[in-house]
Amino acid sequence: MQTHYSDLLVIGAGLSGERIAVEAAQAGFGVTVLSIVPARRSHSSAAQGGMQAALGNCAMGKDDCPDVHFLDTVKGSDWGADQEVARMFVDTAPIEMRRLAYWGVPWNRVVPGKSFYFKGGEKFEKVEPEDRAGLITARSFGGTAKWRTCYTSDGTGHAVMCTMDNRCAQLGIDVRDRCEAIALIHDGQTCFGAIVRSLRSGELSAYLARATAVCTGGFGRIYKATTNAVICDGAGHIIALDTGAVPVGNPEAIQFHPTGIVPTDILVTEGCRGDGGTLLDVNQDRFMQIYEPEKAELASRDVVSRRMTEHMRKGLGVKSAYGDHLWLDIRHLGDKHISTKLREVDEICKYFLGIDARTQLIPVRPTQHYTMSGIRTDKDGAAYGLTGLFSAGEAACWDMHGFNRLGGNSLAETVVAGGIIGAKIAEFLGGHEVKFDTTLVRQAGAQAEERIKAIVSGTNGHEDVYKVRGALQEALMDGCFVFRNGPDLEKCIDTLHEVYERSGRVGLRSNGLGANPELAVALKIRGMVKLGLCIAYGALARTESRGSHTREDYPERNDRDWLTRTLAYWPDGAEKPVLKYEPSSPVYELPPGDRGYGGGKIIPADPASLTLIKKEVKG
Amino acid sequence: MARLLKLNVFRYNPQDPKSVPHLQTYVLDETDNMTMFIALNRVREEQDPGLQFDFCCRAGICGSCAMVINGRPSLACHTKTKDLPDEITLLPLPVFKLIGDLSVDTGVWFRAMYDKVESWIHTRKEFDPKALEERMDNAVAEQIYELERCIECGCCVAACGTARLRDDFMGAAALNRVARFVVDPRDTRTDKEYFEIIGNDTGIFGCMGLLACEDVCPKDLPLQNQLGYLRRKMGITALKSLFSRK
Ligand SMILES: Cc1cc2nc3c(=O)[nH]c(=O)nc-3n(C[C@H](O)[C@H](O)[C@H](O)COP(=O)(O)OP(=O)(O)OC[C@H]3O[C@@H](n4cnc5c(N)ncnc54)[C@H](O)[C@@H]3O)c2cc1C
Ligand code: SF4
Ligand code: SF4
Ligand code: FES
Repeated sequence: MQTHYSDLLVIGAGLSGERIAVEAAQAGFGVTVLSIVPARRSHSSAAQGGMQAALGNCAMGKDDCPDVHFLDTVKGSDWGADQEVARMFVDTAPIEMRRLAYWGVPWNRVVPGKSFYFKGGEKFEKVEPEDRAGLITARSFGGTAKWRTCYTSDGTGHAVMCTMDNRCAQLGIDVRDRCEAIALIHDGQTCFGAIVRSLRSGELSAYLARATAVCTGGFGRIYKATTNAVICDGAGHIIALDTGAVPVGNPEAIQFHPTGIVPTDILVTEGCRGDGGTLLDVNQDRFMQIYEPEKAELASRDVVSRRMTEHMRKGLGVKSAYGDHLWLDIRHLGDKHISTKLREVDEICKYFLGIDARTQLIPVRPTQHYTMSGIRTDKDGAAYGLTGLFSAGEAACWDMHGFNRLGGNSLAETVVAGGIIGAKIAEFLGGHEVKFDTTLVRQAGAQAEERIKAIVSGTNGHEDVYKVRGALQEALMDGCFVFRNGPDLEKCIDTLHEVYERSGRVGLRSNGLGANPELAVALKIRGMVKLGLCIAYGALARTESRGSHTREDYPERNDRDWLTRTLAYWPDGAEKPVLKYEPSSPVYELPPGDRGYGGGKIIPADPASLTLIKKEVKG
Repeated sequence: MARLLKLNVFRYNPQDPKSVPHLQTYVLDETDNMTMFIALNRVREEQDPGLQFDFCCRAGICGSCAMVINGRPSLACHTKTKDLPDEITLLPLPVFKLIGDLSVDTGVWFRAMYDKVESWIHTRKEFDPKALEERMDNAVAEQIYELERCIECGCCVAACGTARLRDDFMGAAALNRVARFVVDPRDTRTDKEYFEIIGNDTGIFGCMGLLACEDVCPKDLPLQNQLGYLRRKMGITALKSLFSRK
């Protein structure tokens, strides 16, 4: 087994991973970045809408400031966010957008003068100020008080990813694709790096480092309907959870997106609704304004997803061979808007549905979209449980999103958190020395080899890995989707335990040689089911509704008992996760209150139990 | 009646000493709105679990899934089976190193390209976190973005006669990358500096201008315009440097 050494090992070359790498390399440290796919193909590149930052340049973002962004973020999180982290994030975001402009991102800019926009299907006029000409502009996105989402046409993630990867190339950072981390090397106290499988040759190597950062993105692929890329299957969470020492925060906090196309679940951006697209039912009537008179289509996405499901349950969905769906209508936005500002959407309709969005309706339904849940870290990005292990981006629960992240806040998080945590890692590296125990490294390698041998030779059984994965995905769609309730969750847990047992008996049907794809899934399947069980147990225990976690049998948000974050551990050899809890936030700059949308009753917290901090919050 | 599709797929695993390159045939029933993404995954899950191919976004955004489909380099994920005949032949992209079956190594090729063309903004300015961003005309930003849309799928390189003949030829994707920085006012490189990168037979003067590249680009990048623009610009730079040497 070959061994590589660097100061910092970053697992994941999406925006968060590369941003960390850049920060550490600029501070003079040797960095290796690993990725399953070439860096630019990371899922960050699929984000179309944009990044939130309170620059306040455009007319509709006038008087915006980090304080207003803070209010939106904490309200959006349904008070599940760590408010210290949310504060750091909103304050840093505008600077980070400017830094990205300096590095080369072609942000859309303010064009002074009159222009039109649509809201709820109606046309409005706005006048962009002369003195802001050429500054970074913004568009509207669900759940925000101001237009705050910086964008580059319909390919923000792609454009920022290109710039970040260019920056890595410029700094000479060693970015290696087709390298998949399959285990962390650790002694229960400290993390020393990872065991990595080459997706070219199938060979294993040890990547040793004084610090390791897991930036592997979300894990939507454990659901059947998801907007996520096929590589978003939780590999990073799995290797962290497998240590037994590191918890997954709020596993039950999973976001669903209102507009995945039917049948492939490819996302059409929230920008569609932000720009004035509307949702229609089987009678081609708008309905969101019935449920949400003020925000209508622009309410936060858990609210929109829930209302859509509710409306379809009333029998007002459109029947199709793939189940019920609703319509998204952007016809009135016109050719120019659709072919420039919403070009990717236009292409998706053409290439994947064979329809023209200028004249036809787009079939959509809610689908899994984002994992607020992730490797729990402190505000410096240091993972709970192991020294030298860090995490950032969608893989992490840092936790600025709580139980619902706002559109545009996660792409912004990747770069903002990456910058902040990268600097903290550089600081850590300055004072952290480790002794690498070669026995430990060899053991970790041998263990991985044993596992592979057993799977390839079918020592434990001959379960078909794709069938086991299918069973996991179905179970979660049934029990842990937009709506949840006690009996269904209990049933889901029973099913998942069966699937878990099967996952231990997986054996290959192919020969396992080289970059064998069946083996790649087989190595993860047990961990994927573990993640599913963490979601189900977390959701069953949380007897309240908060953000995207909606319990039909507990419709109220219960701040008295549940202003907490779930920490799910999986101790070595355990059959199910161990759940612990911590307060949602160490301090409350914004005390728990009403979000102003979504409705629902709140059981208030005992004020004496909250540490409030006084701050003049404008807006 | 649903069609039965016949898929002839190139198979070869260089890591398996017993493997020899050959075409293998799979038969599959076509379903509504089927893309090659759905078809190939069904083949893998139902018939041949070891079959290698690459998908990531499955939405035409990331550039992972380029392969030669009935003779034409294309993105598999946005190829609909209903646009194809009953018999479909799938080959890996040429030019790039084969990893196995339909999977090729585009990652290493493109990373080498970034270094060759120095794919980043060259500037002497320092970033000032307290200052407002530098202003830019929105039309310029959109012009840059237009060229930034390349997803590095490799189709243009695979289709290019020159790239197939000489492996040091940069290909349309690299030349388009240079054009992206040429139009960016933040990059201070001069024509002469660009000339040093692309003003030779491995760059713009190696291009035969037959435009197979633009024809296959799934993002419809204006490669013809960019190649023409660079050829003129570099031609003028060559002339200038000829005269200034006197
Ligand atoms: C379709 C879609 C659209 C979106 N649009 C928006 C938007 O408009 N605005 C917004 O704010 N957010 C959006 N999001 C969310 C946002 O894009 C993601 O949260 C964010 O990009 C995640 O970035 P990341 O760096 O954390 O992870 P990713 O970009 O997913 O990168 C993960 C990296 O980890 C690597 N990796 C994974 N496992 C391993 C392993 N085991 N070993 C080695 N490497 C590994 C991968 O190869 C990849 O490089 C969208 C998400 C989706 C699904
Ligand atoms: S025009 Fe030039 S780059 Fe394009 S295919 Fe022909 S030789 Fe290759
Ligand atoms: S220029 Fe077009 S064909 Fe070539 S790599 Fe880029 S997107 Fe692909
Ligand atoms: S899988 Fe991303 S472009 Fe086809």
